[in-house]
Amino acid sequence: MSAEPDGPQDRLRRFATIWSRSVYQVTSTSLTRPEFEEQLLPLAGRLSEALRARTFDAEEGRAVGAALVAAHCTDPEALSRSLDCVDAYLVLYCGEDGPQEDLRNRASRLQHAMAAGYASALRDRTLAEQEAIARAAQSARSTVAEALHDSEARFRAVFEGAAIGIYIADLDGNMLQFNGALQRMFGGSEQTVRGRRVTEWTHPDDAPQVWKLYEELVRGEREHYHVEKAFYRPDGTVLWTNLTVSLLRDADGRPQYQLALMEDTTERRLLNLRLRYEATHDALTGLPNRTLFFERLEKAVTAGEGQRFGLCYLDLDGFKTINDSLGHAAGDRLLVEVADRLQSCATAPGEMVARLGGDEFVALTTGPDTEAEVDELASRIMHALIAPVSVDGRELTVRGSIGIVEGPAGERGPAEVLRSADITMYRAKSAGGNRFELADPEADLRAITRHGLTTALPAALDRNEFFIEYQPLVNLGDGSVRGAEALVRWLHPQHGVLGPDRFIPLAEHTGLIVPLGRWVLEQSVRQARDWQERYGGHPEGGPLRINVNLSPCQLTHPGLVQDTVDILERAGLEPEVLCLEVTESALIGADDDLLKPLRRLAEMGVDIALDDFGTGYSNLANLRRLPVSILKLDRSFTQGMQQFPADPVDLKIVEGIVSLAHSLNLAVTVEGVETGAQAEQLRILGCDTAQGWYYARPGPPERLHELALVDATG
Amino acid sequence: MERPAWAPRGIDISVPSVSRIYDFYLGGSHNFEVDREAARRAMEFMPGLPKIMQANRAFMRRAVRFAAAEGITQFLDIGSGIPTFGSVHEVARAVSPEARVMYVDHDPVAVAHSEVVLAGDERADVLAADLRKPREILDSPQVRGLIDQNRPVALLLVAILHFVEDMDDPYAAVAELRDSLAPGSLLVLSHASYEGIPLPPERAEGAVDVYKDIRNPLVMRSREAIARFFEGYDMVEPGLVPMPRWRPETAPEDEDAYSFSGFAGVGRKA
Repeated sequence: MSAEPDGPQDRLRRFATIWSRSVYQVTSTSLTRPEFEEQLLPLAGRLSEALRARTFDAEEGRAVGAALVAAHCTDPEALSRSLDCVDAYLVLYCGEDGPQEDLRNRASRLQHAMAAGYASALRDRTLAEQEAIARAAQSARSTVAEALHDSEARFRAVFEGAAIGIYIADLDGNMLQFNGALQRMFGGSEQTVRGRRVTEWTHPDDAPQVWKLYEELVRGEREHYHVEKAFYRPDGTVLWTNLTVSLLRDADGRPQYQLALMEDTTERRLLNLRLRYEATHDALTGLPNRTLFFERLEKAVTAGEGQRFGLCYLDLDGFKTINDSLGHAAGDRLLVEVADRLQSCATAPGEMVARLGGDEFVALTTGPDTEAEVDELASRIMHALIAPVSVDGRELTVRGSIGIVEGPAGERGPAEVLRSADITMYRAKSAGGNRFELADPEADLRAITRHGLTTALPAALDRNEFFIEYQPLVNLGDGSVRGAEALVRWLHPQHGVLGPDRFIPLAEHTGLIVPLGRWVLEQSVRQARDWQERYGGHPEGGPLRINVNLSPCQLTHPGLVQDTVDILERAGLEPEVLCLEVTESALIGADDDLLKPLRRLAEMGVDIALDDFGTGYSNLANLRRLPVSILKLDRSFTQGMQQFPADPVDLKIVEGIVSLAHSLNLAVTVEGVETGAQAEQLRILGCDTAQGWYYARPGPPERLHELALVDATG
Repeated sequence: MERPAWAPRGIDISVPSVSRIYDFYLGGSHNFEVDREAARRAMEFMPGLPKIMQANRAFMRRAVRFAAAEGITQFLDIGSGIPTFGSVHEVARAVSPEARVMYVDHDPVAVAHSEVVLAGDERADVLAADLRKPREILDSPQVRGLIDQNRPVALLLVAILHFVEDMDDPYAAVAELRDSLAPGSLLVLSHASYEGIPLPPERAEGAVDVYKDIRNPLVMRSREAIARFFEGYDMVEPGLVPMPRWRPETAPEDEDAYSFSGFAGVGRKA
């Protein structure tokens, strides 16, 4: 196609330029104006052709109108401006030289057709786009709905499958929805939960805040709360739960529902109760144990005014023998039977029986009248034990000792009460058993002191609280001092100076006697050495001798001989200077094994004295085989000689003993000489040595020297 | 607040949507009366709003053709809306028939519409995602399937960033996108601003308020603030300018006064 100036093509282009300029302003196209003009040029060509065609076809106008819509000229103003252009310029630029009337007529009909084509295309396009966007919205909604459906399905699975109970209720408490777990918690039947109101679910154990929190939540003042709550199941059993309730609000924040999550804690609670039971009960007998008993006792002794308590502390007599001879299984069966019998003794309110351990049981009674009741309780217990217990086909006789403590609440602590009962029980036991004793404060005190001393003993040795006093031994023949007996003392920080009778039995009991005895021996031997060095030997009777007591425990101690030898050697002292005193009772029935160490010591030259002679049941014939060289007559023999004239029977006895002793080549020492008459009598009777207040009380080592000097000069 | 995946947000077409309003401005009928009502209210303050949209489309068209001419064949159009006509893939393929285009929008209706339009197109796809979570876009299987992130990409953020408020940190989001692109990539960006609007700011604010009303606040930013989106990229000539002045193909003086509102530019990653 040529575009010669003012040729048909150039004129068509000028028409398209005018048209595009007129319409571009109102299009939404992203094309540039020249690009847009290129789009209109073929449309202008079609109009031009139609204008001059041999047979006129207005349909071309329709097509051009539709094409405008396709070129995004969707603003009706674009049509209006297009029609203006066609009306004003189509015939002018494209009509060439045709008949004007006819051309104008054709242009006019083309405009009508354009308008119709445009309107039709725009309507189609609008409808199509509306349809498209509606479908898109629908499709997007379906996607969301599917996602919501999936989400709901997942939520429902969680809701149904959850192990915790879930319900949703309205703000009036009407149950709207609940899951299977909740239904199972309430016993499994749907009817028990459906249609219920949350507010009916009260329980006597509800804490006061449970319903206060609920009210706050449904009023919208609280978002959630968490409580421990009990519910009744339809069968009357109790369901315990950890309950969390949350408020659900609608999109505008208004309270709408309550959502509850509950965890069944019934089992856990039962387990806790069982653990508590196990922690407070004795596994063997099922009786309350020490822990629970102490809780009760604590309550009983701190109860209010007017309240009293009575406690029976029972220990079976000889239970150890049963255990040792028949075995622990039999012992256990016996304990179970005893427990059952005891239980039947204490059935009244305020009474309880507990096992403290081993064969020790306690029975407690509380209330205002325990003074009378506790005796009855003890009697019932003693009575209950009378019938023999059948174990493994044997009829075992059961006896027990009971210590009773009774008193008003508010005075003593539980530990003190129990100790008093324990001490009293021991008193009953040492009185022969099979009886009950009432607590006595003085007896308690003694026992308590004894207990305190026992526990203080080991430290006392470390702290050098012991010291030794010496009581002279005097030759009855010439009144000269021959030596001294070492007597250990304890300077107790609270109790002052304690004699050996207060603590030696305790030391025997705890075994401390061995180190204590060794210490005494060491100190005494060293003292004897000291005397020898300072004053030399006695002018007539050789060196001053030292008497040291040996306890039965020490006798059996394997280190006795070696220790003694070592101590003597270390002090550089002859064995003859030492005399070991052994009580008669310690040697009763002694076999050769026990006597062996004594014999060895005697062979070395150590004197062995038989102490407290006459208090036991000595087989006099036995004296021959004992490695002793001295008899120490118990003070009971000399007491009869304190008055004048002396008891003739006593005189005869002593005379006999002395005669016997001397015939066995034994020297005789007498203790407890308090008067000159006594001393004279004993001298006449042939006794060899004496000690007692008449000569001197036990005292510090220096005193002995004074006595010896007096003696020497006198 | 983060919504759990199992609770999608519902679709409420009684609430105007910016992509459907945009379509209305461009003479389309992909919109509902609520959208048109909002659009007409905004136009009461700024009658020339459609011209701004048209200028955006024209800028995008030139920029895409520029990118394609530069040899870029991958396009990531975030905030694509409802492409009535002159979509990126049409424009790009006019130059480079192999061009691949990933459209991204967070309006589920716009996405659903695009899915229909793009059905059967192997080299174009649409993803429902949010510009504020760039990692979700970059890591999505669709983007990974369509776009080779080791090769240059033209990232289009046309008329979208002014809908991201500062509290959502648009700069961090854009930085993450920028940093993930291969060297030679282009960032194509246009943004609304009070600068260049042929009206007193008080009147323009009326239109801004309309967007606030429909819960799609329009954030007008200064040229300087807009330039910061290109941080680290080299600006392609003529830099950040009013839309008609970016590589015009006809005399800018012929353009409508409204089309000079806001700024547009293209940056290149070195």
